[in-house]
Amino acid sequence: MLDYRLDEETEALRKVVREFAVEVIAPQIGGFYERDEFPTDIVRQMGELGLFGLPFPEEYGGSGGDYFTLCVALEELARVDSSVAITLEAGVSLGAMPIFRFGTEEQKHQWLPRLCAGEALGAFGLTEAGGGSDAGATKTTARLEDGEWVINGSKAFITNSGTEITDLVIVTAVTGTKADGGKEISAIIVPSGTPGFAVGKRYAKVGWNASDTRELSFSDCRVPAENLVGERGRGYAQFLSILDEGRIAISALAVGLAQGCVDESVKYAGEREAFGQPIGRNQAVQFMIADMEVRASTARLAYYRAAEKMLRGEPFKREASIAKLYSSEMAMENARYATQVHGGYGFMTEFPVGRFYRDAKILEIGEGTSEVQRMLIARSLGLG
Amino acid sequence: MNIVVLVKQVPDSGSERKLDPSDNTVARATADNVINEMDEYAIEEALTVKEAQGGEVTVLTVGPDTATDAIRKALSMGADKAVHVSDPAIHGSCAVQTSAVIAAALSQLEYDLVLCGAESTDGQVSVMPALLSERLGIPQLSGARKLTIEGSMAKIERQTDGGYWEVEAPLPAIVSTWDTINEPRYPSFKGIMAAKKKPVETKTLADLGIDASTVGLATATSKVVDFAGRPPKGEGVKVADEGDGADKLVGYLAAQKIV
Repeated sequence: MLDYRLDEETEALRKVVREFAVEVIAPQIGGFYERDEFPTDIVRQMGELGLFGLPFPEEYGGSGGDYFTLCVALEELARVDSSVAITLEAGVSLGAMPIFRFGTEEQKHQWLPRLCAGEALGAFGLTEAGGGSDAGATKTTARLEDGEWVINGSKAFITNSGTEITDLVIVTAVTGTKADGGKEISAIIVPSGTPGFAVGKRYAKVGWNASDTRELSFSDCRVPAENLVGERGRGYAQFLSILDEGRIAISALAVGLAQGCVDESVKYAGEREAFGQPIGRNQAVQFMIADMEVRASTARLAYYRAAEKMLRGEPFKREASIAKLYSSEMAMENARYATQVHGGYGFMTEFPVGRFYRDAKILEIGEGTSEVQRMLIARSLGLG
Repeated sequence: MNIVVLVKQVPDSGSERKLDPSDNTVARATADNVINEMDEYAIEEALTVKEAQGGEVTVLTVGPDTATDAIRKALSMGADKAVHVSDPAIHGSCAVQTSAVIAAALSQLEYDLVLCGAESTDGQVSVMPALLSERLGIPQLSGARKLTIEGSMAKIERQTDGGYWEVEAPLPAIVSTWDTINEPRYPSFKGIMAAKKKPVETKTLADLGIDASTVGLATATSKVVDFAGRPPKGEGVKVADEGDGADKLVGYLAAQKIV
């Protein structure tokens, strides 16, 4: 039995997010993007829709949906803008999810209600200037002293870490040496404003310009010992266990961007006239757009499939990698063709496709590069 | 405070809308049907009143089975329950006939306040508040851009071309709203999930005690006799600027009585 129709509630959510994206986000996001400004008010409204609480139960302030409903919302947001989509994705998958999965009851009740309501954002500080996917390269340290973690080091490229509504950053740090001599890495909650925790200025990025990405530094930053998230020494392993589902979310975001490319290209090709007729009458343009639609539709199936396996409780690592790899690469391709359909106007930042083109590239990099995905897929086939 | 909101499902005004050539009625089956835009403002106003004063919001709709989508949306925004009058005999009814159906349905409900949009984007007859006022013997306050409930009085600012009138009436009353009155909320996911558990009562004409022969296209007081598509856009006028372009433009606008 195969059924990839959305159920009534998910379809209703999809429509609401679509409406919200078209009516509220589309008219103003270009300005935020150009000004490199975080759209706090849009994020607050996304919170009112319940988007930040989608995969969490109501007892923690969540909306009582599941991870797939989050993906559907991400797709519809990214169809209009990727900055707000990644803000939601990171806020949920990286900011709130570790606390929900590994936190104590007390931590969940303390932090999740505001995160679920979109009143506050959480961030996850893993990556350092010296390395992304390589946990062994972690240099940030945390030592236990008088019932407090004393954190020293720095983190790079941390999404949502410096907005005016950021409540906390979960930081991975070396807390000792394992029996095998390797680094013991743990995850620790650092509330915003803690002395010794400095948030750097926003990076100047190629894309995702209305999202918040910063460098963080810790200098004898002290937080209570009970801010440890999950088991000591399991910080990186915990992160890896939520990374696979994050790849499905990135895939949904890529599909949204790719579909947005189709939307904009269809519109433009119908309006723009050259040599006495709309350019959409030209087969060369039609074929480009048809191929874009094929890629977006196919990639959607890939992330639906991965999400379906995940919700069933089956292993989904390979499907998540396939979805992430394929959809991010095809989003890049769709952005390239959509810009081509738009000609010179596609190179102007005021057109959404100009934004899509700049936003697409990072999808092949974040949450595991294309090369990492290929390596994982090859490994799952018994190679290497 | 018991509030009933009248909600109508209409073809989306943003997409192509058609009449069915077999009987000249609105082609609903093939349309992209949505909740009438103006009704969303009435729902929002009902929820605002309820949040301030307590009570219950009931959605009442007359329409085919597909109208459940409009009901579901109203419930997901926060209305408490719904009544759906659905009967094949209603097809093609005029506003006068429809008002008899709505009045009968309202008579089976308890209400202090009836809210509706000031017009529907399909028929745009805009007479429902007046017809219901007459049938139910309650005052109508139409075209509100602001509503205040004070004790047993409803006060509105009635929007006009030049400004507004302050009008008030004792409850129960029927109030119709323009899109200037508020900003309708988007349903939250919790609201969407909650909507499926809310009661929707379906009623037929027999349940309302209405004789089916008194409604429908055959006995409608008005009907569409004929229709034609909008004529294609004309060529327009080209003004060649030979140093006097501005004068020509103004001359054209003046001739059209635009300036």
